[in-house]
Amino acid sequence: DDSEGLLLIYVFFFLSPGSKKDLETRLLAIDDNLRTTTMAPILRSTPLVALLVLQISLLFFASTLPISSGSEDSNTITGRVRIPASTAIGHAAKFSNIKVVLNGGQNISFLRPDGYFTFHKVPAGTHLIEVYALGFFFSPVRVDVSARHHGKVQATLTETRRSLTELVLEPLRADQYYELREPFNVMAILKSPMGLMVGFMVVVVFLMPKLMENIDPEEMKRTQEELRNQGVPSLSSLLPASP
Amino acid sequence: MAMALRLYLLLIVFVSSAIVSFSLYEDQVGLMDWHQRYIGKVKHAVFHTQKTGRKRVIVSTEENVVASLDLRHGEIFWRHVLGTKDAIDGVDIALGKCKESCLDVPNTVFAFTLMYHRSMLRAWNLPDGQMVWETSLHSAQHSKSLLSVPVNLKFDKDYSILVFGGGYLHAVSPIDGELLWKKDFTAEGFEVQRVLQPLESSIVYVLGFLHSSEAIVYQIDSKSGEVVAEKSKAFPGRFSGEISAVSNDKVVVLDSTRSILVTISFVDGEISFQKTLISSLVEDSGEAEILSPLLSNMLAVKVNKRTIFVRVGDQGKLEMVDSLSDETAMSDSLPVADDQVAFASVHHEGSKIHLTVKLVDDLDTVLLRESIQMDQHRGRVDRVFINNYIKTDRSNGFRALIVMEDHSLLLLQQGAIVWSREEGLASVTDVTTAELPVEKDGVSVAKVEHTLVDWLKGHILKLKGSLLLASPEDVVAIQEMRMKSSGRSKLTRDHNGFRKLFIALTRAGKLFALHTGDGRIVWSTLLNSPACARPSGISLYQWQVPHHHAMDENPSVLVVGRCGSDSSSPGVLSFVDVYTGKEISSSDIGHSVVQVMPLPLFTDSTEQRLHLIADTDGHVHLYPKTPEALGIFQREFQNVYWYNVEGDDGIIRGHGMKSSCAGETADEYCFTTRELWTVVFPSESEKIISTLTRKPNEVVHTQAKVSTDQDVLYKYVSRNLLFVATVSPKGAGEIGSVTPEESALVVYLIDTVTGRILHRLSHQGCQGPVHAVFSENWVVYHYFNLRAHKYEVTVVEIYDQSRAENKNVWKLVLGKHNLTAPISSYSRPEMFTKSQSYFFPQSVKTIAVTSTAKGITSKQLLIGTIGDQILALDKRFVDPRRTLNPSQAEKEEGIIPLTDSLPIIPQSYITHSLKVEGLRGIVTAPAKLESTTHVFAYGVDLFYTRLAPSKTYDSLTDDFSYALLLITIVALVAAIYITWALSEKKELSEKWR
Repeated sequence: DDSEGLLLIYVFFFLSPGSKKDLETRLLAIDDNLRTTTMAPILRSTPLVALLVLQISLLFFASTLPISSGSEDSNTITGRVRIPASTAIGHAAKFSNIKVVLNGGQNISFLRPDGYFTFHKVPAGTHLIEVYALGFFFSPVRVDVSARHHGKVQATLTETRRSLTELVLEPLRADQYYELREPFNVMAILKSPMGLMVGFMVVVVFLMPKLMENIDPEEMKRTQEELRNQGVPSLSSLLPASP
Repeated sequence: MAMALRLYLLLIVFVSSAIVSFSLYEDQVGLMDWHQRYIGKVKHAVFHTQKTGRKRVIVSTEENVVASLDLRHGEIFWRHVLGTKDAIDGVDIALGKCKESCLDVPNTVFAFTLMYHRSMLRAWNLPDGQMVWETSLHSAQHSKSLLSVPVNLKFDKDYSILVFGGGYLHAVSPIDGELLWKKDFTAEGFEVQRVLQPLESSIVYVLGFLHSSEAIVYQIDSKSGEVVAEKSKAFPGRFSGEISAVSNDKVVVLDSTRSILVTISFVDGEISFQKTLISSLVEDSGEAEILSPLLSNMLAVKVNKRTIFVRVGDQGKLEMVDSLSDETAMSDSLPVADDQVAFASVHHEGSKIHLTVKLVDDLDTVLLRESIQMDQHRGRVDRVFINNYIKTDRSNGFRALIVMEDHSLLLLQQGAIVWSREEGLASVTDVTTAELPVEKDGVSVAKVEHTLVDWLKGHILKLKGSLLLASPEDVVAIQEMRMKSSGRSKLTRDHNGFRKLFIALTRAGKLFALHTGDGRIVWSTLLNSPACARPSGISLYQWQVPHHHAMDENPSVLVVGRCGSDSSSPGVLSFVDVYTGKEISSSDIGHSVVQVMPLPLFTDSTEQRLHLIADTDGHVHLYPKTPEALGIFQREFQNVYWYNVEGDDGIIRGHGMKSSCAGETADEYCFTTRELWTVVFPSESEKIISTLTRKPNEVVHTQAKVSTDQDVLYKYVSRNLLFVATVSPKGAGEIGSVTPEESALVVYLIDTVTGRILHRLSHQGCQGPVHAVFSENWVVYHYFNLRAHKYEVTVVEIYDQSRAENKNVWKLVLGKHNLTAPISSYSRPEMFTKSQSYFFPQSVKTIAVTSTAKGITSKQLLIGTIGDQILALDKRFVDPRRTLNPSQAEKEEGIIPLTDSLPIIPQSYITHSLKVEGLRGIVTAPAKLESTTHVFAYGVDLFYTRLAPSKTYDSLTDDFSYALLLITIVALVAAIYITWALSEKKELSEKWR
């Protein structure tokens, strides 16, 4: 189940050209029956995925066909968002709150239970698709919809400049909105400014007398004399006189 | 030396760690911020109360929200905010049994919400709001759309959802949204009026008018979409288009003279007309209007400000059965029990509203009559939706969901308001801040901390919490204590200025005062006007802010409104007391309002701000209309300039004052203006998409900026700068509609007094939308770069060249500097700019900047992203002095190495894990404490938080542990005593020796 754990979003892009005949619509009805039976196992068993990818893609290609109609430049973009199973705690709640935005708000789409989203009636040109999900950061995707070649699509992650043939998107990261409270740690307290100050005080209080002891008493006395002559109140006068 | 180096390194560490200046621990949520969720004014409501368990109502609103509300408490189960252009045309619930396998759960009752908007039909799962399917239907502009869901839908292919939209009738499968068939009705001049599907029938009737003078009925087989029969009949005259379907085979329509009701019946496909003069129904007839409620075998017509009920007989004969006063809102009819249909009507009487539920067939049978006390500030009842339930004594009970004029939503049941939602706050149009009253002596102050012991206990708990030694119960207690602490919801001013009021004006013309502490509504006022019933609010200004003089006056705000939607309709001014929420006065000003200009620094003796209001005729009017204000204004008459932007024509005009208005209608407070300058953008190459000025009340702390190499830069700080962004006409559309070669973005900085263009910057291959923020001497704007296909953010900083020579100390000493020379827009500015661009990985809805009391604290940009979150970005990231390899000195100053894109640090989202759905604007206001700023974001939701862009350097944080301090002091005192005692002892023993 490696593919489940990966932070991957698979987005399949299909374009369907303009007007289609009724004949194809009839064919679809059969395809649709197929879909209801095949979709369930795909989500559960991974070995079948490779085999069925083609089939799904065909099905989606098919299901988008009757939808796009009318003028030449209405195309349909279909993609898929997959939420990583490992990090999704409130899976369902998060899933229904994901929005897919085309061209900075021109069109907003939502996800179906299987993670697919669709943009209808997209004119040929270069578009931008963004996915917004709380807790995740997705790179915007540049999508080139070709006017001349039906179905020819180029997609690039704008953040990493990675070109995608099958358009497999990786969310850049999972967002953590809160700082984590560090557990109680003696070292952290010692390293804090307060801790450093206390440490310094301890050094002064306990180590300075030790240093004093090492000084030769004669020399000490001489220094004290000197200081007294200068008339400067000295620290040594505050210290207890050595016996 | 080594020590100095170490200290310096330490400093670097602190500086670099200070970049993430906003971050929050999860347990701090709700301490300084609050979040309120709304849905907007309800358009449609569908009840779902059949099953036992959760009772809910599905609503769609004018803010393009579809939501499921708990019928017991009014809470939101789930909601979805659609795009701003995705108006919802219809919402309904499809309930049914699954016969075959549908969505892996066979033989269960499956329910979902259907919503039709902008040619999309979407189905949402009722319990959790997950989208089940969506279908794109044929779309066309300016066409009616109708949604029809069969009652008690069964989930199989035989039943379909009928949607009429874009000139096509679509049949959609409820299982997966598959389009079963569609039928074209887009013929020239043909307009579909009604789609009817009688119960237990496979025939769908489509009624439409051809050129408004011929009625056509199509009979369509609902399984195949084939036209079974088609009948048409010409009407002598024209239809007005107002129509009401009264039964499965009859509709009533108003003709174009609005004085004749025409009953069209199409039994078995045969069309017959029957005309009834309205004057034969009521005596004092006039122009009639068919009201929207759907009643069976009856229709409601509004004639001469009265609502009359007209019963439609079997043969299409009309008779008036009842009439009500105009102020009546009605619901659609609702099947109650065995062939009985009821409807509700609500009317006002004084401060009460009367809810009546009657049977449609027998208007004398009153099923329910209730009177409920209603707040005057909610206005009239706008819409009513009713739902019935079976009481324990087997009789019918009714609950009514009513939408008031101020957009609030209330549920009435058993003569009481069960819950209410202030949905007006979902459509805030303007926001300003106001101070709370000063705490007066003698006024008892609620005790915050009870006793010293309690206080100490609380702090020990906090200490435990911060050392992570607290048990789960302690954590709960700490959280509770924090929420209640420090009297944050008191109604008086505090020392730090944390408690304030945000005054919000909504689209319904209602004014709300929200407390910054907990977000509660302190007061609300629905604006009235002598000229018209309900003026629409435009904007909000601070009218009177007493601080030096007139301290006994209450501060007030000015609400500028307008009677009608047209810009030339007369304006209305309302003055509202901020402390009490009372409307002090309201006046009809007799001229239109195009632009409102608060005059900077001009206040009269009662501290009323002087305002100029420009009308459509090019005159300006001075307010307040007092001789004193006139005197002040006339002193500065020659120094008053204003400008206006004609976005469609691409012209910016500057004006100066000329003289008093001539003419009999004008008073002495009206002035004419003369045009001083114009900036005309060539319409074939440039189109204005954004203009922006600095906030007039912004405070700039220092004009000089000292850089690392002891160089001084002087900021060009002028209140008269206008930022203008233009784009090639082709690039004015959406992303994806233009190639990089065709589009260019040009930004200008224009002095609004002289019309001089101070700076021009062109971005080839870029397009809008442009979102900008202007503060001090810099502008930051966000736009789309088509070549890189990424969003970009550019910063432009403006510096004054003429003052740049004042570096020499001797010049300053000898007074040969020009620092005290007055700044004038007329002196030719010698200025230079620095700019830099960065990529930004998200679409943006709005940008704001933090503002503090003295302007000392560093600034943060508040970027409202399209994901409805707000990102706080330090201004240091958009500093044109950033270089790839900053020198040691520059690093010391805090310059961040240049990167090609701006970082998005998740912890710096000030909205943390919340979303301000439908975000439209962000307002910042300074607190009294220099480090802190208030941030208020509005959209469909409201969000407030308090920010400290450079951390709270001037006060202790809430987390500060007083207990630790106290314990330390106690421990120190104890240690002093112990050591003193020990030393005494030692001294004694030494003396003995």
